[in-house]
Amino acid sequence: MASGSTTPIAATARAEASLLPGLIKDAGLFALVTLGLCVPIVSYRTDLGQGIGLVITSRWGTVFALCAAIFVLRLVQQLYLTGRARRRAARAPVVEGASRLAAILAPITLVVALTLPLLASLLTGSLGEGRYWIDLGILILTYVMLGWGLNIVVGLAGLLDLGYVAFYAVGAYSYALLSTVFGLSFWICLPLAGLFAAAFGVLLGFPVLRLRGDYLAIVTLAFGEIIRLVLINWTDFSGGAAGISSIPRVSFFGLPFTAGENGFAATFGLSFNAMHRLVFLYYLILVLALVTNLVTLRMRRLPLGRAWEALREDEIACRSLGIDTTITKLTAFALGAMFAGFAGSFFAVRQAFVSPESFNFLESAIILAIVVLGGMGSQIGVAIAAIVMIGGPELLRNLGFLKAVFGEGFDPNEYRLLLFGLAMVAMMVFRPRGLISERTPSVTIAERGR
Amino acid sequence: MEFFAQQFINGLTLGSIYGLIAIGYTMVFGIIGMVNFAHGDVFMVSAFIALIAFLILTTWLGLSSVALVFLIVLVIAMALTALWGWAIERVAYRPLRGSFRLAPLISAIGVSIFLSNFVQVVQGARNKPVPPLVRDVVVLYQNEQYTVTLSYKQAIIMITTAVLLAGFWYLVQKTPFGRAQRAVEQDRRMAALLGINVDRTISLTFVLGAALAAVAGTLYLLYYGVVSFSDGFVPGVKAFTAAVLGGIGSLPGAVIGGIIIGLIETFWSAYFSIEYKDVAAFLILIVVLIFKPSGILGRPEVEKV
Repeated sequence: MASGSTTPIAATARAEASLLPGLIKDAGLFALVTLGLCVPIVSYRTDLGQGIGLVITSRWGTVFALCAAIFVLRLVQQLYLTGRARRRAARAPVVEGASRLAAILAPITLVVALTLPLLASLLTGSLGEGRYWIDLGILILTYVMLGWGLNIVVGLAGLLDLGYVAFYAVGAYSYALLSTVFGLSFWICLPLAGLFAAAFGVLLGFPVLRLRGDYLAIVTLAFGEIIRLVLINWTDFSGGAAGISSIPRVSFFGLPFTAGENGFAATFGLSFNAMHRLVFLYYLILVLALVTNLVTLRMRRLPLGRAWEALREDEIACRSLGIDTTITKLTAFALGAMFAGFAGSFFAVRQAFVSPESFNFLESAIILAIVVLGGMGSQIGVAIAAIVMIGGPELLRNLGFLKAVFGEGFDPNEYRLLLFGLAMVAMMVFRPRGLISERTPSVTIAERGR
Repeated sequence: MEFFAQQFINGLTLGSIYGLIAIGYTMVFGIIGMVNFAHGDVFMVSAFIALIAFLILTTWLGLSSVALVFLIVLVIAMALTALWGWAIERVAYRPLRGSFRLAPLISAIGVSIFLSNFVQVVQGARNKPVPPLVRDVVVLYQNEQYTVTLSYKQAIIMITTAVLLAGFWYLVQKTPFGRAQRAVEQDRRMAALLGINVDRTISLTFVLGAALAAVAGTLYLLYYGVVSFSDGFVPGVKAFTAAVLGGIGSLPGAVIGGIIIGLIETFWSAYFSIEYKDVAAFLILIVVLIFKPSGILGRPEVEKV
């Protein structure tokens, strides 16, 4: 052993050197396939010209740049993989890193979330200047809440719901219609919206939940699309494609955010500031999101939550142990739908405008992507995925040097969904159990130690 | 009656296109049991490839023979889309065999999002129109009020579909590849033990599915004369509906399902309301999945431990 301690390393180094031509050939093959894929869809761009018909411009430069990029990426990946295999052999794998990272990130994220309006106004000078950051915070938190809601369905119960946005739409339209037609206040509509959405969840769930996983996904997708198409076409009910506008704004539990006598500012002896409403909205969605999180965490400790996780791991085993799979699935579905309903009515009160286009399949896909990238079942993972995926492109847009590198018309938002798609595939291929933390069942048998 | 006959022809044309796409779904589902969610977007990519090939042939190379242009476009679209199908399987699905239940579907959704946005980025978000390739119609029946016509386009679509299906049927039933494919479908491990290259068979299935989607894409472009990056989603869902309706896993079922969906959609638009035609397709999907998930020609599925 002692004498052999140097030779294996030398041997692997030699082996790697002899591997290199093979790796280059492999990467070359990848580049060649990329070239094939790029013809003609990247190499020739079609545009509507001045006259009739399309004008073609060739862009072989882009194609070759892409091929070169793929070549380099593949080579680096292969070198890394062979290197890792060698390191793996040398010492035991480290798995604790990810969960320790999550344990540190969670409190930091929470503290930043709680103090964001303060931070924003301190860093930018005044509350008004910090508006952009608070707006962004509201947007991200909405997705965090939706992600947590969907996490109950996908992450805990293992039911793939591709029509989650339908329940979001039900919530949004509930508030929009109840407030504009019947003049009900937001605080009455919020629970009602959750109830309606949950009712829709049960209504849809009852017939479809006995379907197998991927059929269920497709049915929920169809359901989501039907809701959207009905909202577009049933003009008398929903205002059609134009949507519903001038939805009443949120009030501070009855006190409107106005400059007048009975307004929020006057009652509390503050000077009127239009930002009060925005800050209030921010804390409202933060509370809603945290409630979602809290309920989920508590549910995981209840028998029902345990049943969800058991269902996700093995449905047949569940059934043979006497768990009522229909009720178990239905509660997960309804609870997830309810939180989407809350988020939806929040969306309506924040925008003061709803239209069917906010609730298309892409929105469902984005929420699903957040849950998947967060590691399906991990709460902090979903939150961080939402921050990165919603906040990331927003921040990139403001970075000047990207424009210098990629040209003036560069807009990272264009590439956002493209990267979402790639990231979803990459997650499934490389880290199917989550990027930030692992999707572990709440209880495991110690001996098996999963 | 004349109106009905005309709608029947239109529905049959549309159904042929859906049937071609549905075969891709049904084959992939049969062989690896996954819903290839990205298949609709592969269809859309193929329509773009056909569009660009068509433009290059007609404007740059100045070809004027309609039949020749159509054939060349068809071959180019099939070849390049087949490469897409192969690459997608290789990168996004093959590493996932043996992963958890929903992994392939999630990966497929990722591919679907990627493809539609990729095309949006490289080709722009606007609709792409092409000048009509063939305009002629055959008058089948005529009276004072109404004429029933069959356009050359429709004839081309139906004939191409029929010819390709016959060839395809031969391929699956009579060739060694077809036998290998059916063997892998029945029992993957046993097939591997008997010396069938399972990976290659699955790859070829994706290649064939993509090639047929390319035929559908080319015909779609010929029929409607316009394509946009978002055109993969709805035809994809409808073709999947067709595959389920016909009995997923069954090739004749996919074609029959496609034609039924095409007819239902056309008649629904003609007699009820055109706004709700997509709702009709989605409703059929839900109803079939709930009440008869094995479809018309499919075998009922038994869940095993």
